[in-house]
Amino acid sequence: MNAKLKETILNPIFKGNPITVLVLGICSSLAVTVTMKGALVMALSVIVVCGISSLILSLLRNTIPGRVRIIVQLVVVAMMVILVDQILKSFEATYAIDKQLSVYIGLIITNCIVMGRIEAFALGNKPWPSFLDGVANGAGYGMILLIVAFFRELLGSGTLFGVDILNRLGYVPNNLVILPPFALILIGCIVWVQRSIQKDLQEK
Amino acid sequence: MEYLSLFVKSIFVDNMIFAYFLGMCSFLAVSKNVKTAAGLGVAVIFVLLVTLPINYLLNRFVLSPGALQWLSPSLADVDLSFLSFIIFIAVIAAIVQIVEMVVEKYSPSLYSSLGIFLPLIAVNCAILGGSLFMQQKDFVNLGEATVYALGSGIGWFLAIVSLAAIREKMAYSNVPKALKGLGITFITVGLMGIAFMTFMGISL
Repeated sequence: MNAKLKETILNPIFKGNPITVLVLGICSSLAVTVTMKGALVMALSVIVVCGISSLILSLLRNTIPGRVRIIVQLVVVAMMVILVDQILKSFEATYAIDKQLSVYIGLIITNCIVMGRIEAFALGNKPWPSFLDGVANGAGYGMILLIVAFFRELLGSGTLFGVDILNRLGYVPNNLVILPPFALILIGCIVWVQRSIQKDLQEK
Repeated sequence: MEYLSLFVKSIFVDNMIFAYFLGMCSFLAVSKNVKTAAGLGVAVIFVLLVTLPINYLLNRFVLSPGALQWLSPSLADVDLSFLSFIIFIAVIAAIVQIVEMVVEKYSPSLYSSLGIFLPLIAVNCAILGGSLFMQQKDFVNLGEATVYALGSGIGWFLAIVSLAAIREKMAYSNVPKALKGLGITFITVGLMGIAFMTFMGISL
């Protein structure tokens, strides 16, 4: 693997993270971070949708006329999202996936990460790097989701993946952490930590 | 009276931003000053008001299980609901395109103030989210869907204008370097969300 491909994969994870640096895709993500399970399902769905639609659009990039590209992108992304949604629905009963998640899976269509990476990367690059870029951006997004979900589930319900951890030590769950606004405050803190490490990202 | 309570509820209790985090990307990106924020807010109200009733009719007469019965009784058990994502997003993208052209033709002054925001709105999660929540909420008639659209649009408008006002004032305060800009905005939105939580549980 050459250095450029490596950069393509590693950059979105930390230095160019879609959530904390590019501020993309906040919309559909914050409500699913109450539990680790929801966050994991959402992260995997975004990785799949982002990777495969980047791959498809990169294969098509020389045949799509510039003027209608947004519609073509929407159609491809929507198709992938429908596939993911149908697959999740069939596992809904077995793994007890929350029904509310369905709305947010639908919102992956308008998730700016997917559209943004297609516009910025897949339309100008070969299929293989585009696929890796899509997957890596999905992973960078998923990583933030999991960090946020870790704190929210641990402090909010005292559990991780539904397994009791803090409650048996006499911890009283903090309901504030379960409420949606706390996710924003947590992401604010993640941005704070990241910018203290990477000084070049600080705003004047 | 039901309309009034639905209206108030969709503005404050089910606020698009603070209760569901929809439309976050543009909410954070376009809230640097009050004037542009108000422009985007008005555009969102308008597009929601046009697309949501249309999607409601489509959902009722084409997409939901057994909806095609009015065509012929033999279609009573056809369920097209898996197509809803792609139909909704197509309607939204098309309406936004049409609205843009109409506004450009008949009201150049409005166009120049809304201009850049209209295409952005096609990928604003609040619009698609509104349609998906409408589908989940099972409104009984068109009036309810329209009132819901107006209410959630106004809720979004209020949220973005108030955040922009806070950010304008915050430019003069002494924020830690790494927290400046994005980080503090996240935390502010979180605190505003907690303030909006006081409306929770109010039943009208």
